[in-house]
Amino acid sequence: MMPVEQQVLPDVEERGATPTIRTSDEKSVGPAVVVRGLHKSFGKQIVLDGINLTVKSGETLAVLGRSGTGKSVLLKLIIGLQAPDSGSILVHDKEIARLDLEALNALRKKMGFLFQHSALYDSLSVEQNIAFPLKRHTKMTASERGDRVKQLLSSVGMESDLKKMPSDISGGMQKRVGLARALALDPGILLLDEPTAGLDPITSGEINELVLKLQEEHDMASIVVTHDLQSAKTIADRIALLHEGRVLIEGSFQDLEKSDNEFVSEFMKRDS
Amino acid sequence: MSHNASIPHRLIGQDAPPAPSLVRATFATLWSPLNGFLEWFGELGLFAWQVLRAAVRRPFEGQELFRQFDEIGSKSLPLVALAGAAIGFVLALESRSSLVHFGAQSMLPAALVYSIIHETGPIVTGLVVSGRVGAGIGAELGSMKVTEQIDAIEASGVNPYKFLAFTRILACILVLPLLTVAADFCGVLFGWLAETLAEPVSFHRFISQGFAGSSFRDFLAPTFRTVVFGLIIGMIGCFQGMRTKGGTAGVGLSATSSVVLSSLFVILADVILVKIILVFFS
Repeated sequence: MMPVEQQVLPDVEERGATPTIRTSDEKSVGPAVVVRGLHKSFGKQIVLDGINLTVKSGETLAVLGRSGTGKSVLLKLIIGLQAPDSGSILVHDKEIARLDLEALNALRKKMGFLFQHSALYDSLSVEQNIAFPLKRHTKMTASERGDRVKQLLSSVGMESDLKKMPSDISGGMQKRVGLARALALDPGILLLDEPTAGLDPITSGEINELVLKLQEEHDMASIVVTHDLQSAKTIADRIALLHEGRVLIEGSFQDLEKSDNEFVSEFMKRDS
Repeated sequence: MSHNASIPHRLIGQDAPPAPSLVRATFATLWSPLNGFLEWFGELGLFAWQVLRAAVRRPFEGQELFRQFDEIGSKSLPLVALAGAAIGFVLALESRSSLVHFGAQSMLPAALVYSIIHETGPIVTGLVVSGRVGAGIGAELGSMKVTEQIDAIEASGVNPYKFLAFTRILACILVLPLLTVAADFCGVLFGWLAETLAEPVSFHRFISQGFAGSSFRDFLAPTFRTVVFGLIIGMIGCFQGMRTKGGTAGVGLSATSSVVLSSLFVILADVILVKIILVFFS
């Protein structure tokens, strides 16, 4: 874990929002993802109401919150699968909303996304799933691709399941394959949507350790959306807690534990 | 009695109350489906534009296109051939009794070939493929949509309009005329079989009599109108599939609506294209 220090986010306070604690790590690397004043609504339902977040290269941010608080929507906005109503998302200094499709796709190649239910292509085998982005975005030969797929599967402990179909493997194994696919193009940013959702505690622990190991190996900026506090504690450098469309508190796990905010205390107590 | 008779005089004219709620309710009842229909067409137009834009950009997804040829073409062939064969057999049996009644049984091969090539072969192929392929595309893409597989394709920097939609639409466009030829052939073959069971005739003679009054042009226009059927089936199947909402129920709905809408539009297109063919190719 990276050492962190706290400071109050002035812009949120100025708007009269609940006091927000913000931390910054000691690494002086430029931010990989910067989110400013992000708003997103679906009909009359306001999901994100002015989100501000920054994630630096090599850093892991866990986004926590109750179900339906827009955590997954936030990830989909960052990778450009949905368009924000207002606000700005900078990924490697590029404004997502202003990119044309080709530029957006070029940027997406630098991001890996693990979906909540893995979203493996069910007509393709495990091997073909991981080879999918390699085949389209690299000039690798078939044998080089095969080697890369084996290497990725080996890094997630699935090297013996190359030829299996997604329907033939368990939920935990699907997450591992999804993770291997997300890492195929060696991305600089990794977005993980509920990596441990629906898994038993032992498999969840294994996935957490795997994510931690892969982050150390690949030195990526990671945003992990979860409501699993244990997972956030294990893999994140910083935690942002979403509540009513805003970042209620942002800091280390200890900062959240020490917070005297009623909702934060309740959230930490219920989840522990 | 006038309706105004029961309304106090002071309310008539400028001070009259708004239109009765019954009128508004009727208007709303009529407007709602019309609005939905127009919205659907607008979204279909946008979808077609996205597919067209994606189609002209590299890479061209040749491998996926060949996979779709197999899925849509090869795997539809047995059903289309069977349908064509059944239609040819039944047409020959039914026509024979009528033609014998008028003493015109020698015209049976020509009537059968004309009927199969001009109308029965293309429309039967269009409807059979609508059922099999339309439902398949709607359900497959619908399922991919609700399980976020389409999002995953997009997130990996691949355009789903090209990889999923364009390949399927192009495969439908290209295989429909080929399947129609297969249906026509099986129809004529089984028509001959039905005829020869009643009164033995060589296949060569049957074909010679059948095509005596027809030219290659007669065959070309009706067969190639199935290109439009292919476009309709592929486009509607992909569109309905990729806009699926609401889990497994939504997938079922997409599959059903793909079949219903593509069959409906194939029939409508058939009527319009027959008229066009009669005007320009007769």
